[in-house]
Amino acid sequence: MSVPQYRKAAALALAAGLGISLAACSTKSSDDSGTDASGKVTITVDCQPVGAQKELLANWNADVAEFEKANPDISIKSVSVGEQCNNPPDFTARLAGGTMTDVFYGYMTDLQQVLDSGQAMDITSAVSKDTIPTWDSVDPALKEVFTEEGKLYAIPVKNYSMGLVYNKALFKKAGLDAENPPKTWAEVRAAAKKIAGLGGGVAGFSEYSAGNTGGWHFTAEIYSQGGKVLSEDGKKAAFNDAAGKQVLQNLKDMRYGDNSMGTRQLLQWGDLLTNAGAGKVGMFIGAPDATQAIVSQFQGKYEDWAMGPMPGQDGAAKGTLGGGEGYFFKKGLSDAQVKAGLKWIAYQKLTPGKGQLDYVRAKPQNYPVGLPQPLLFTNGSEAQKQELDLRKANANVDTANFKIFEDNPVAIVGEPRNAQAIYAVLDSAMSGVLTNPNANIDSLLKTAEEKVNQLQAAGS
Amino acid sequence: MATMTAPATRRPEPPREVKTRRSKTGRKVRDNLTGHAFLIGAVLCFALFMWFPMVRGIVMSFQRTRRGETTWVGWDNYTRIVADPSFWIAWKNTFIFTILALVLGYLLPFFVAILLNEFRHAKGYLRILVYLPVMLPPASALFLFKYYAYDPSEAGLFNAILKALHLPTSEWMQSPTMTIPAMVIASTWMNMGSAVLIYLASLQNIPGELYEAAELDGAGVWRRIWNVTIPQTRLILTLLAMLQIVATMQLFIEPLILANGAGTQDSATSVAYLIYQHGFFQNDLNGAAALSVIMLIVLAAFSAVYVRLTTKQD
Repeated sequence: MSVPQYRKAAALALAAGLGISLAACSTKSSDDSGTDASGKVTITVDCQPVGAQKELLANWNADVAEFEKANPDISIKSVSVGEQCNNPPDFTARLAGGTMTDVFYGYMTDLQQVLDSGQAMDITSAVSKDTIPTWDSVDPALKEVFTEEGKLYAIPVKNYSMGLVYNKALFKKAGLDAENPPKTWAEVRAAAKKIAGLGGGVAGFSEYSAGNTGGWHFTAEIYSQGGKVLSEDGKKAAFNDAAGKQVLQNLKDMRYGDNSMGTRQLLQWGDLLTNAGAGKVGMFIGAPDATQAIVSQFQGKYEDWAMGPMPGQDGAAKGTLGGGEGYFFKKGLSDAQVKAGLKWIAYQKLTPGKGQLDYVRAKPQNYPVGLPQPLLFTNGSEAQKQELDLRKANANVDTANFKIFEDNPVAIVGEPRNAQAIYAVLDSAMSGVLTNPNANIDSLLKTAEEKVNQLQAAGS
Repeated sequence: MATMTAPATRRPEPPREVKTRRSKTGRKVRDNLTGHAFLIGAVLCFALFMWFPMVRGIVMSFQRTRRGETTWVGWDNYTRIVADPSFWIAWKNTFIFTILALVLGYLLPFFVAILLNEFRHAKGYLRILVYLPVMLPPASALFLFKYYAYDPSEAGLFNAILKALHLPTSEWMQSPTMTIPAMVIASTWMNMGSAVLIYLASLQNIPGELYEAAELDGAGVWRRIWNVTIPQTRLILTLLAMLQIVATMQLFIEPLILANGAGTQDSATSVAYLIYQHGFFQNDLNGAAALSVIMLIVLAAFSAVYVRLTTKQD
């Protein structure tokens, strides 16, 4: 071949190669029925633990193997989407691009976003005792969170409510009674001041103010004051009131009045828990599973941590934030795939003694058994009895550390509609009082109110 | 010598004018086939990854998607995005950052390049030293600043230096007034290496006789810079100024990493970060598209005016 011919051939090969690559990008790999060549129903499922979570990953893989053995006509393809299965920007990108797995993880706050994207499947008729044997025992309030206009869009698999997480070791060091945590915000302030007095960069009380987590905690704290984030009809902001002001005032007083919240602010989820794991945080608002993250991800020790109820302003808290997570089903799945997905969730998430509720397996591992939550099943149901018995028998944490939290239940209030967007706005109010000694609380709340009203108007 | 007649070898006259044109076009295509085939890859990539998303973004900015249904909403997204209380704050922050980054990030590399050009020893070593930060991934460089340099406590590098000099310390990214200057410092440190190298290359093309002549005329250092260096590098200076402005207006990774997003009370919110916030935190991809189009128009208008002005001068 002459040089020009070589050149021509190379050019044509390049163009053809590019065409094939582009075509390959747009080709769907499986057929519409979701069955593979051997006739197995195949589903993709996300939130597989990442490689760094060795024991959790091994548990998940063992569950997949056992499930496939028991259901030889189903094949589970696991996908890992990061340690925090739902990082809001990644989740949004997957939804917008339609690249979620067939059965995909989401927060309770994600329902509206998932529905807006048009990616969720109505699974109402597919869910029953046949597909999920414990379905009748699952707390109806949790089912309701994933229901819109009578249609169910996801299966709840975890829930939580918030309280006051505190470091017993720091309490003792500061001369505080570790068995009697603060029950009001005034007591929190006094304890925070003493703990911060230990020095060494210890924050008596620590709080989020970035990455949507500030707004999330503002919501929990305004509930404790008896306030609301949105009006009853969900169309207007309702936090620019005495309750909202009190939340910010409490924080400002601790941050600049007492200097008991440390200098590092603009904290996100991992930042605060890293500090907590390092023994630099006396108290923070969180759910029981925060202790799991502190130990398994941030090198803390279970024995250091305990929980009390959510503090109230002048007495017991008037409410606390509850939330959780579930699995959605991607629109367009075949009936067989939906059934397979439900069977997998039933096995891995909602069967006492199996999957995430396999406490015998979890006991020797570095994951807590015996925390007071999740509470997926209704009081008095057989499933709840089985699950609680197993939990108690295999507890590897000192359940006494959570007794005060359990014995003082606070009314759980759900997350507001369009929660993640609202949380992003409220981050600004939180960061304002935590980083600016001259922050004007009225002005911070007014700006946030304007933004939230606009958001709600656009979303309606 | 016999005259050569070559009717047999000569091409027959085309019967009509049109046919001639067609065959010429055909020949042109045949001749350029290789070039076109090579070009098609670049054109397809551009079309798929640049032009299509841009057009799609413009279309999306006039639509809204709710419950999987997409409808046309006219200018709704634009009016909504302009009414966002953060809209003007983001533009203000972006302009302040651009101006400060221009003052620091544009002039500093020029003077560093002049200095490096004057050095007779350790040239290579110094150039590597200046270029080193460019080789660091931007996220790593910014984390270094966030956790070591801008730590708000007295353990932070900058605060330790300030304290040693008996100067007041700062909370850096937590201080609304220091947020933008802190981002400018980090950004300049990260990016100036490339500009320094470009300036250096340009400086080395200036004929030495010009400096000699200036020196003979009694010109000092500043005079030589003003009357020789700047006029001789004017082309590269104007080009880099435009690139610098367009790049800094798209400020994004600095607020995202240094300020965990919006920073304290929106003090770090840039236009690009606001686009991200609408699109990925507020489930408002249409509003994000509208803001992107506004930004595109502003940058395109600036570039057009700038090119026109600088062309006229030339």
